[in-house]
Amino acid sequence: MALLKVENLSKSFSGLKAVSNLEMEIKEGELIGLIGPNGAGKTTVFNLLTGVYVPTEGTITFQGKKMNGLPPYKVSYLGMARTFQNIRLFGDLTVIDNVKIAYHQHVSYNTLTGILRLPGFFKGEAEMEQKAYEFLKIFGLHEKANELAKNLPYGQQRRLEIARALATKPSLLLLDEPAAGMNPQETQNLMELIRWIRKEFNLTILLIEHDMSLVMGVCERIYVLDYGMVIAHGTPDEIKTNPKVIEAYLGEEAI
Amino acid sequence: MKLFNLKNALILAALIAVYAIVQMTAVAGTLSPFYLMTLVLVCVYIILSVSLNLITGYTGQLAIGHAGFMSIGAYASAFIVVKMQGSLISGLLFGALIAAIAGIIIGVPTLRLRGDYLAIATLGMGEIVRIILLNTDYLGGATGFSVPKSVDWTWAFWIMVVSVVIIRNFINSSHGRACISVRENEIAAEAMGINTTKYKVMAFTIGAMFAGLAGGLYANYMYIIQPMSFSFLKSFDILAMVVLGGLGSITGSIIGAGLMTILSAYLANFPEMRMVIIAVLLILLMIFRPNGIMGNKEFKLNFLISKKER
Repeated sequence: MALLKVENLSKSFSGLKAVSNLEMEIKEGELIGLIGPNGAGKTTVFNLLTGVYVPTEGTITFQGKKMNGLPPYKVSYLGMARTFQNIRLFGDLTVIDNVKIAYHQHVSYNTLTGILRLPGFFKGEAEMEQKAYEFLKIFGLHEKANELAKNLPYGQQRRLEIARALATKPSLLLLDEPAAGMNPQETQNLMELIRWIRKEFNLTILLIEHDMSLVMGVCERIYVLDYGMVIAHGTPDEIKTNPKVIEAYLGEEAI
Repeated sequence: MKLFNLKNALILAALIAVYAIVQMTAVAGTLSPFYLMTLVLVCVYIILSVSLNLITGYTGQLAIGHAGFMSIGAYASAFIVVKMQGSLISGLLFGALIAAIAGIIIGVPTLRLRGDYLAIATLGMGEIVRIILLNTDYLGGATGFSVPKSVDWTWAFWIMVVSVVIIRNFINSSHGRACISVRENEIAAEAMGINTTKYKVMAFTIGAMFAGLAGGLYANYMYIIQPMSFSFLKSFDILAMVVLGGLGSITGSIIGAGLMTILSAYLANFPEMRMVIIAVLLILLMIFRPNGIMGNKEFKLNFLISKKER
């Protein structure tokens, strides 16, 4: 059964069709790439999937549940987590607090227990602290646990965003340009990390990326978006030779 | 993290010392009633500024109607004590409850939206409450509502301590962090599974509740309450204390409330100079410490305990 099924999905912003008739199917455990030229509507697709935008038309089915119009926090409860293209960390909080906030939906104590400092509070906090630290360790950020997130170097901020998304315990992870602004060496490390977390956390991953070496290197299937429509989809090799894709990226062949 | 450690023991000892010194000098008569009144008012304003800080400094929602919630709490508690012959404690609790309900009524529709709707709604609410009280003869109208004085230093001080501890504990819990994440980045918080509307309403309601409690203390201390004394100027006074102390710092709010209240008391004889001096103080602060006296840091005694226990 498909983990995520998108049927006939469309989104218009007062006349401008940002996404039209998108069809997409992702099976459990797959690693899928979503590419396309600037302004093709890739991030809009993410915003539709995570509930930031309400679709104009079409349905999104995730784990057999229809989830059109659910607010983002409920989408997160269902097991979909994302990172952002323009980093959106909680800058004035420490690195570990960023992860703890994402873990909040799994916290075991209620508000009153927290206020009264009942034993449940200390147990819950200790568990959170330990889990958050584990996530940071995976991403090599544990030594910076008590630094403010805004003071981290760029590459580490990107990794913290992934750590934070993982702390919500998702089954589908959406990565919006995880390698943006990274140098080739960092991108290489990121590729290995993405492969590793997929195996370790039993994840399905959908990623938007401009860096072709990354997309072609890790993705098993690729969807190509242009002007809000899927113009091609297939394995990296098929995509590389698809004339429509070449046209979208390089322009029409001059005859 | 532990509940009983050297740090908490020292804080408790310091609190008892402050309480005892004031109480003893007051009983002995060395502390003049004017100073004692100022100190009680400091306690009232600490509750107000710390609770507003929870809404504005921690959750990031600009609210400028705190005097409105204070007046709701003041009149509701006075109603219980005077009209219903209730006890002081039932009056204070009733005042806090009514203010919390008012907070939910204002908060639920406005906090669903992003932006500054809350500021407008709370400003309007404060004025509406004031006008209603002004025209309710049952509660004294413009001449004021006489309430017997039953709050003393002991009540004011320990209720202030309990209020600050409750708000502090809330902020330093997972639910408090959820509120702070709303301030930091609402879209990211929502994407990480934080029900932002819920936490905004929660913080706002808790803040309103403590403003109502402070209002109850105020009403049962001042002999008389008038709608006049809960105008929007008072809301701005409280906001100024929070900004002066630092948005997102509880110790900052305590310092801000203390400074402003004591300064106002000293300048009581020159009311025309009071606003000028406070304005100059705030301008100087904006130039030299734009984030307030404490910024978003806390004054901590953490050096007293080992790293592991923090």
